[in-house]
Formats: sequence, C-alpha cells, structure tokens
Amino acid sequence: MNPIQMKKSKYSRLASLRSSVCVSAMALTLSQVATLGMNGNVAAAAVQTINGAGATFPYPLYSKWFSEYRKVDPSLEINYQSIGSGGGVRQLLEKTIDFGASDAPMTAEQMAKTQLPILHIPTVLGAVAITYHLPGFKGDLRLSSEVLAELFLGKITKWNDPKLKALNPSLAASLPDTFVMVAHRSDGSGTSAIFTDYLSKVSPEWKSKVGAGTALKWPVGLGGKGNEGVTGLIKQTPGGLGYVELVYAETNHLPVARLKNRSGVFVAPSPHSVSAAAAAEAANMPKDFRVSITDAQGKDSYPISAFTYLLVYQRMKATQAPQFRKFLDWALTDGQKLAQPLSYAPLPAELVKKVKEEVAKIQAVQAVPAGK
Amino acid sequence: MVGLLIGCAILALFPLFSVFLYVCQQGLPGLHVNFFTSLPKPVGEVGGGMANAVLGSLILITLASLIGIPVGIATGVYLSEYGKTKLSMILRFCTELLAGVPSIIIGIFAYSLFVIPMGRFSSYAGGAALAVIMIPTVARTTEELLKLVPVHIREAGLALGISRWKVTLIIVLRGSLSGIMTGVMLGLARVTGETAPLLFTALGSQYWPRSLDQPIASLPVQIYTYAISPFEEWHQQAWTGALVLVLFVFILNLTTRMILKRHAPAKD
Amino acid sequence: MRREAHLGDRIFYLLLNGVALSVLMLLGAIAWQLIHLSLPAIHKFGFGFFSSTNWDPVQEVFGAGPVIFGTLVSSGLALLIAAPISVGVALFLNELAPRRLAEAVGFLVEMLAAIPSVVYGLWGIFVLAPFLRITVEPWLSGHFGWLPLFRGAPYGVGMLAAALILAMMITPTIAAICKEVFRAVPQSQREAARALGATKWETMRLAVLESSHSGILGAVILGLARALGETMAVTMVIGNRAEIAASLFAPGQTMASVIANEYAEASGDLHLSALAFVGLALFAVSFAINSVARILVWRLNRNRGRDF
Repeated sequence: MNPIQMKKSKYSRLASLRSSVCVSAMALTLSQVATLGMNGNVAAAAVQTINGAGATFPYPLYSKWFSEYRKVDPSLEINYQSIGSGGGVRQLLEKTIDFGASDAPMTAEQMAKTQLPILHIPTVLGAVAITYHLPGFKGDLRLSSEVLAELFLGKITKWNDPKLKALNPSLAASLPDTFVMVAHRSDGSGTSAIFTDYLSKVSPEWKSKVGAGTALKWPVGLGGKGNEGVTGLIKQTPGGLGYVELVYAETNHLPVARLKNRSGVFVAPSPHSVSAAAAAEAANMPKDFRVSITDAQGKDSYPISAFTYLLVYQRMKATQAPQFRKFLDWALTDGQKLAQPLSYAPLPAELVKKVKEEVAKIQAVQAVPAGK
Repeated sequence: MVGLLIGCAILALFPLFSVFLYVCQQGLPGLHVNFFTSLPKPVGEVGGGMANAVLGSLILITLASLIGIPVGIATGVYLSEYGKTKLSMILRFCTELLAGVPSIIIGIFAYSLFVIPMGRFSSYAGGAALAVIMIPTVARTTEELLKLVPVHIREAGLALGISRWKVTLIIVLRGSLSGIMTGVMLGLARVTGETAPLLFTALGSQYWPRSLDQPIASLPVQIYTYAISPFEEWHQQAWTGALVLVLFVFILNLTTRMILKRHAPAKD
Repeated sequence: MRREAHLGDRIFYLLLNGVALSVLMLLGAIAWQLIHLSLPAIHKFGFGFFSSTNWDPVQEVFGAGPVIFGTLVSSGLALLIAAPISVGVALFLNELAPRRLAEAVGFLVEMLAAIPSVVYGLWGIFVLAPFLRITVEPWLSGHFGWLPLFRGAPYGVGMLAAALILAMMITPTIAAICKEVFRAVPQSQREAARALGATKWETMRLAVLESSHSGILGAVILGLARALGETMAVTMVIGNRAEIAASLFAPGQTMASVIANEYAEASGDLHLSALAFVGLALFAVSFAINSVARILVWRLNRNRGRDF
C-alpha cells in the first residue's frame, strides 16, 4: 500500500494497541449511551428523577435530605444543584428545572413573569453568620449593625479600627493591624439578599448606595461563587470577613461574630436564636410565607435570620407530583429532625401545619402548561 | 544571552512541574478504587467518589464524538480534497475562527438552543456544546494529514479508472487512517477538560446517569465545584479528579504523538 | 468548480459540501443567537454599554466597562509576561538546544498546553494564590508600594493571579507558533550571517528575529485571543468583582468570567441580555483578533513560499 503502512515499527504496534483499547473503551461507552438513550423512558418508569437547583444556603441540609429520602423511597431521585438562589428562580421561570430553591422569596416582579401560580414552601430557618479568619484572635468578635455596614462599605479597612476596638474592649489588643479582606457572593444569591435586606434595614447609607437583592454591586471585596466559594475564600485568606450560612462556618471551624440586635444584646447565630427571631416575627407571617425576619424584635433574636424556600409550580407533572408531595411531607416531619445537627432551625410546629396545607395544593397535571 | 534563553525555557517549564507535582502529590492519596466506583457523599460525610462524574464525562465525550467526529472528518476531507475553491478558502478560515470562539460562548449558544427549548439541562445539550468545540480541531488535523498523502497515489487510483469518491474513501482516507485517529484524539483531548460550556448545559448530578435527557455530572465541572468549596474532603477529591483528568489527556496526547511520529516520516 | 462525471462523485461531493457548509452555518448561528439574545440590552444601552463603568444588577444598570477593563488588563499583563518568555523558549528550542533536548522540552511545553483550564484553576487557588498573598504581594507593596499598582490588601486572588495564570496558559501557544515561524526561516540566511562573522546571538537577532516580526506578532495575537476567551482558570482566581481598580492586587472580572458567574443565575431579563451582549462583544473581538492573526501568519508563509 503506501509507505506509511509499510513502516510499521514497535511503536506503531503499541500505538495501534493503545488506539484499539481506546476504541473499545469508546464502544463500551457508546453501548452505555445507546442503552441510556433507548431505555430512558423505561428507566424513568422505575426510578423517577426530579431536578432542582438553586440556593446554596440550605444545600448541606438538602443534600442530606435527598440522600436520606432515597432510603424511604428508593424509586425517587432528587437531583439538586446548588447554583445560587438567583439561578433557582431564573431556571424555574425558564422551566428548565422541576423545582427551584431560594432563600429570598420571589419578588412580585419575578412572580409576574409567569401566569402560572408558584408556591413558596418554607423548609427550614437559617442564620447568615458573619464569619472571619483572624489567626491569633481568640474570643468572640462583637459587631454592631453600623460597624457591619461600614465594613462592607469599605469604610473600615483595618482590623484594629477604633470602632472595632470600642465594640470589643477586652480583646482590643489582639485585633491585628491587617487589612479586612471582605468576601461576598459573585453569583445571584439568596444569602446576599438576606444579608443586604438586613443592611438596608439598619443602614440608610447602605440602602442608598447599594440596596438589597440577590446580585449586587459590591463596594469592596472578593467575590466567591456560592456559600461554598465565600467560605473557601475566607478560609484561604487571613484577615477575611464574610457572610455565610451558619453551617458553612461551623463545618469549617470558622468563628462567627455576635451581632447586636434591636434590643441591644449581642447574639450569636444558632438554631435557638434563629427560632427566637422567627417566633418574634410570627405575627407578620403572610399567607404565602413570603416574609423577611431580619432585624427581628426580641432580645434573644439573631438579627440576620431567614426562611429558606423550595419553589414549585402549583401544577406539576403527574409523574412527579404525588412522589414530590410525599417527599415534602417527609421533609416537614422527619426531615426537620435533621435540621438542628446541621445548625439550621426547624420550622415552628404551628407553621408546619400551614405549610403542609400549602403542599397539599400541589396538583398533578398531565403536562405542565407551556408558555410563560 | 544563551543563559537568558535557557532561563526562559526553565521559566516556561517551571509551572508545568509545579502543576504536575501538586496534582500528583495532592491527588494520589485519593486515588483508589472507591474514586471510580462510588457516588459522591452528601456534604460533611467522608468517603464517596466521583464515579458518576467519570462515567458522565465519558458519555458526554461519546455524544460529542458522535456528531463532532463525522462532521469534523467530512469537513477536513472537503478542505483537503476540494480545497482550492473560494468557498473552501472561506470555510477554512471559518473553521479557524470557530476554533477561536471562547468556549463559554458555545455554552450560551447550547443553553439557548437546547436547554431552553427542551425544558431541561441534559447530556444532549452538553454533548452538543462539546461537539461544536471538537469539530474545528478534528477538521484541521484531518486536512493537514490528508495533505501528506502524496498526490501520485490519488492519481494512480484515478488512472485505474476508480471514481473519485472511491479513491478518496478507500485510498486516501484508509491510507491515513492513523492520521485521522490523531485528529480524533486531539479532538477528544480538547473537549475532555472543557468546563465552561458544561456549566449551563449538562449542569450536574449526584447520581448515576439514567437517561440522556437528564442533567449529568462531568469530571471537570465536579472538579470546579469541589475546588471552590470549603470542604477538605472535597478538595482532596478535586485533586484526585484533576489527576485523573490530566492523566487521561496526557495519554491521549502521547498516543497522538506516537502515531504522528510514525505517520510523518518525511516531515523534518 | 469541476464537473463531476460519476453520479457517486457528485453525491459524495454534495454530501461533503453540505457538511462543510453546516460548519459555516454553525458560526453564523452562534452569531445570530448572540445578537438575538442581546437585543434588549442593545436597545436599552446602545454603544454606551461599552463605556459605562457601572454594573449594578440592583438598579438594572449595566455597563461593560469594568469587565472590558478586567479582560484587557489581565490579558495584556499576561502577554507582557508570556511573549518574551515564549519567544525565548522558541529560540532556545530552534536555534540553541541539541536536538534531543529540544524534542524533550518541546514535548513538555506541548503537555503544558494540554492541561485543562480547570486544573490550572485548582492549582491557582491552592498554590499560586497563597504564594502571592504570603510572599509576593507583601514584598511588592513593601518595596513598590509608592506605585498605586501595588497598593491595597493582598488578597492573593485578584488581577495579578489571573494575569499570571493566563501567562502560563498562553506561553505554550505562543512558543509553538514562534517555533514554526523560526523554523521557516531559510537556513541560508543563518549561514550568510555566520559567514559575515556574526556571533551566535547576532545571527539569531539578524537572521531569525529580524525576518520573523510579523510571524511573532501573529503568534502573540493568537496568544491574546486565547487569553481573552479563557474562562475557568480566570474565574477561579480573579476574585470576581466588576470594578476598575488601579491596584493589581484588587479583584476584577473579565468578560468571560462574568458570563460564567452570572449567566445561569441572572434573574432580571435585562441582566441576562446584558450578559449576552458581553458575550457578543467577546465573540466579535475574538473573531477580529483571530482573523488578523491568521492573515498575518498566512501572509508570512505565502511570502516565504511555504505552505503549512
């Protein structure tokens, strides 16, 4: 034939061996792909997949829930990707996922983008903890709302700022002369929404300069993707300061600051202080559960507490609705017991009843209505 | 001056050693069977692997190959065998440009073309995005290598009265089969590590792939997610994932080089 | 076009032609899709989009200034670092090194190009960023703190880290093309220089470098194209905040990284459209840059009468 084929050497045989290995590996995968392609529907009948995405705030709990619930109902796989609350809302509205998750309730404007009713299912309560990384600093950092706002506005830049010293008189000497490395979210985030909702309530300057929302124009700091990313940044950066869901700080052994609440008490974030905030604001709970409980009344209340929600269309696919309703009922009863070990606060008992009524509203339809 | 040039070479190679050293050092401890057989565990639980991501990557690459390889090869053959027309000049240029389109933009493209209409993140969308990236690589390599087949072989075939398409398919293509394998493998190597276009097409999953119209995990996306997370176990897994990915790409590249070495005896 | 005699030939030709044309259409489809998606932002902001420095999702005001700045600075700095090194490596491999060494080093450099971007990012987070934060940035601000470039908190991740990672990633690209360009210089030119009594260095400068200007330029521009579109590694180390800061330590955001960070999660329609507009701009720029580079390299090869 041609010179190329004649010039077979040891190398070439090795190479063709390699390529044949390569080819057979590909053939294997191919057959797998073919099986998946053809059996897609058959497999789906046996195991139902429900896709969700959104908030990173409750992700440690959700991943636990979805993995635990497989033991209860092995025929249901709930795939949850923590892409951020902004993503949860967006992809739900785009109908690319079956349910969304967000810590910030959807705004009226967002709800108006679809004619289909969307239900907010509160799942647990959590605290946005102010966490920091100060090697050599022992003890609890105390912060007031004004100082917190100034830190995130970039007005306080050093850890030994007089204002920080004044709040922590007994620890003043151990506050280092280093930069405050602020970390915040780079993606659309419910944690950001809760945090900035709080800052907007307590700081007029924050409200006018930055405002509240899932995606923001941050005056200072590094952006990290997800609660995971922000915690990672703080952990990697001595002098770091940021806001994350409590469990992220705890599982990473990062200290959390005590925040001065409306009653002037310095409160640490905990399931207890979050429940207190929820109890204090219980009277304000609207029928659709879309409520902000930041800067709550009460001396035990942690000021940056929030509900986190699953977002579902009221009309769900018939193949998914019954199983998903069952899952939600489980999450609201047995699932609640998993909350506390992961530093989330379970929903108050009287609220669980109301939420279950909401879950019962989920209807099974043959096909989800198209169009926005 | 000579020292300066040697310095440049060392400076350029230093990062390679550093990256490779760290990937091995941090990744090797996590490299055991579990990594390839277990699903990821929920946050905070130890153990687990990236089995679904490894399989997911293989599936995505296969899907991409199903479209990318035939289209790439056909384009390469066209450019090499019918490459003198004005249209093919434009086409050659466009193939180069397509190779230069940032992969994140291909992600947007596949998202709005597949994910939105299908109403779901899926392997199909991810595979399609990767296929677009693969096509120019395969096409260019195929063209280059077909051009190495001497013209007289084609002429000999034509002189025997064999029709042109048979000459092309049987003599030219078969003669440079290993060359085409090279293109394929370069294409595979190119898409294996792609992360950006998968972020909003294949999304991710913590389960075994069940169906192609569902979100699917992939090695690069999993590495990315784990790398930016704060969890030590996940960092460990990210490094191991990186090691697997790098080894896979290296093997593909090495094989390619070996084939090229024997395939192009005349070159230099 | 030739007239095909056999039916088989005609079918074969049409088939190939169709597939090849579909590649052409693919490029068009990408462009069309991007334009379509960015229309709302184009209507709202017009060309002011590129000069406005405000990227504020809360107020729904979007300007690409900060991300363009981030892209230009990170890529520009990466080129400043990578271009001389790459030319040096290429010269070393082509003119100086013994064949075996050249082969080995060339191979390693090629492997460097094959490492996936996400692995560079991983390395950047856990190796490069701490090194910058603990060693390099404090030293820079200690000695050159009078320059605004080296002021502010040493985060580790930020513009400098992104530029360094990019430099690492484009070095193999530029070096490989430069090597080809140098190899294309006729041996007779080198011999002529040697015959005139030029030293080794002078030979390289006069015979090789002098005649390779446009080729090197093409290589550098292709490196730039790669740097502009690079997404993952940059996203992982740049700090992800859209702002224009004088300091290299400060976090930034590039056109590609802003899309990676926000595209799947932007909740406002205008936000989404603005991101697509950034994508369109990135597409157009990489289109233009790639075209220029290709034309440069092609012209060079044609002038030298070599086809490869």
